[in-house]
Amino acid sequence: MDVPVVDIQGLGFSYGEAVVLHDFSMQVGQGQVVAIVGPNAAGKTTLLRCLERVLKPTAGVVRIDGRDAGTLSARDLRRDVAAVPQAHAPVFPYTVEEVVLMGRNPHVGVGSVPGPKDAEKAREALAALGMLEVAGRPYTQLSGGQLQLVLLARALAQEAQVLLLDEPTSHLDFRNRYVVLDRVRRLATERGLAAVMTVHDPNDALQYADRVGLLGEGGLLATGIPEEVLTADRLQELYHMPVEVLTDGSRRVIVAGGRA
Amino acid sequence: MRERRYGWTLAALWALVLLALLLSLCVGRYAVRAGTVVRVLLARFLPISPDWDPTVETVVWQVRLPRVLAGALVGTSLAAGGAVFQGLFHNPLVSPYVLGVSSGAGCGAAVAILLGAGAILTQASAFAMGAVAVLLTMLIARSGRDGSQVTLVLAGFVVGSLFSSLISGAQYVADPATRLPQIVFWLMGSLAAAQWGDLGRAAVVIIPCLAAVTALRWKLNILSMGDEEARSLGENPPAMRLLLIGLTTMMTAVSVSLAGVIGWVGLVVPHLSRWLVGPDARRLVPASMAVGALSMVLIDDVARTLLTAEIPLGILTGIIGAPVFAVLLLRRRSGWE
Repeated sequence: MDVPVVDIQGLGFSYGEAVVLHDFSMQVGQGQVVAIVGPNAAGKTTLLRCLERVLKPTAGVVRIDGRDAGTLSARDLRRDVAAVPQAHAPVFPYTVEEVVLMGRNPHVGVGSVPGPKDAEKAREALAALGMLEVAGRPYTQLSGGQLQLVLLARALAQEAQVLLLDEPTSHLDFRNRYVVLDRVRRLATERGLAAVMTVHDPNDALQYADRVGLLGEGGLLATGIPEEVLTADRLQELYHMPVEVLTDGSRRVIVAGGRA
Repeated sequence: MRERRYGWTLAALWALVLLALLLSLCVGRYAVRAGTVVRVLLARFLPISPDWDPTVETVVWQVRLPRVLAGALVGTSLAAGGAVFQGLFHNPLVSPYVLGVSSGAGCGAAVAILLGAGAILTQASAFAMGAVAVLLTMLIARSGRDGSQVTLVLAGFVVGSLFSSLISGAQYVADPATRLPQIVFWLMGSLAAAQWGDLGRAAVVIIPCLAAVTALRWKLNILSMGDEEARSLGENPPAMRLLLIGLTTMMTAVSVSLAGVIGWVGLVVPHLSRWLVGPDARRLVPASMAVGALSMVLIDDVARTLLTAEIPLGILTGIIGAPVFAVLLLRRRSGWE
């Protein structure tokens, strides 16, 4: 790997006295999906917000494509970093296409509106996620899984090389969880995006991520390829419960709880 | 498809506005035929020999035209203000009136009238108090524990009530022979006193504000996604909000100085427009302006022709606006969930 797309060095964040994130370092390359696994309150969301610069880190530096993210203007940063929100409460029934078009905002000048080229990019993003059929529908009428794909399409329309996803599957059913993560995986590979996502279920990391960062209250506990990082011992210690890793041929499944 | 349909809708709306303006120049205690009105208007620019009573010219040019144009201007700015506030606060239940801006501006203007200030000082005072009102509303809403839509509306209600009380105070101390009738009638909303000078002073502020709001309308879509997402999309929500609130407060305050406190237009018109062209601010803002102008001009026609005495505009907009809004709420066709 030459210059990593995302290079995080010694990142730290604290709310006043409370240290949420401490000395976090990690690199994400082109086409890589990195999963951040850890219990609630371990600072997963804080990490993403620091990467997005919604929060200003109190220590360390984040480089995007070799450039210090702290020195970039908001618009420049958003052309490089797109985020898919965890929860979204719609107010106005915009059409799906209108929502995806909003992803073009960093490319639209102040006092201007998106042009035909932007509309084209929005439709491309929708097509990439197989959502063109619903382009004209109010996005308030979509299912949770479709809504998540629309928000993913919006991030795609932003044409950023870094994709941040905060628990992208937390509100989704079994099937949609698969659909969304599968799309993220394929987009990263096909378009050479660097994706960082936080997940609750270590199995999601096992199945879809190239690398995983295990985040505990003390900071980054381990980082590396999922099969090596997500061991029964580490997870038992982190979550304070019995954990088993089952292997069936080439696939692994992480199961919580002891056997009856 | 949708783009083309929107183009036609907007063109049709502005054609209706022109038609309403023409109609308004005809009706009144002194009825004038439409053909005569057109010729009277054109006579200023084309060599048409007048075959009409000089009174007709005075009625059309000096009495009705400034009033009718003032109505269109006020309607446009109130409706645009409503569309901006609803997107900005991602809340379909607000308007400058609901958030206390109108009452604040009304209070500022009432105090200025009470002290015998001139027109420009009255506008400035209206703007200052309107700005104080909206900031106060936001402050109260923010310190409330939940940042819900209802909290914001309630905060606006509280601030609006406060400034209404202050207005009552101004009325109480006003000289009943001279200042009081002026304050009372104007506070209920009236375009009766609108003259070319007032219209010009209002237009130089309102038209640039409308142009700026139109230029920035795409940002309303982004802001309506909520602060966090707007930031993810490369926007600076606090700065953009400050700019848009400033512009809206300015045009609301100047409208209030011109025509008094008129409720409902800013709340109802954006909903009607959303029903016509959808929620996208790129279409909603221009459409709201047209619908606002149209409704205000027609309502003012009713105000001055229905009874022998003038009916205050605030009363009419309430009588018409409240049931319309109730229907929109019940049918949920107003473009929000």
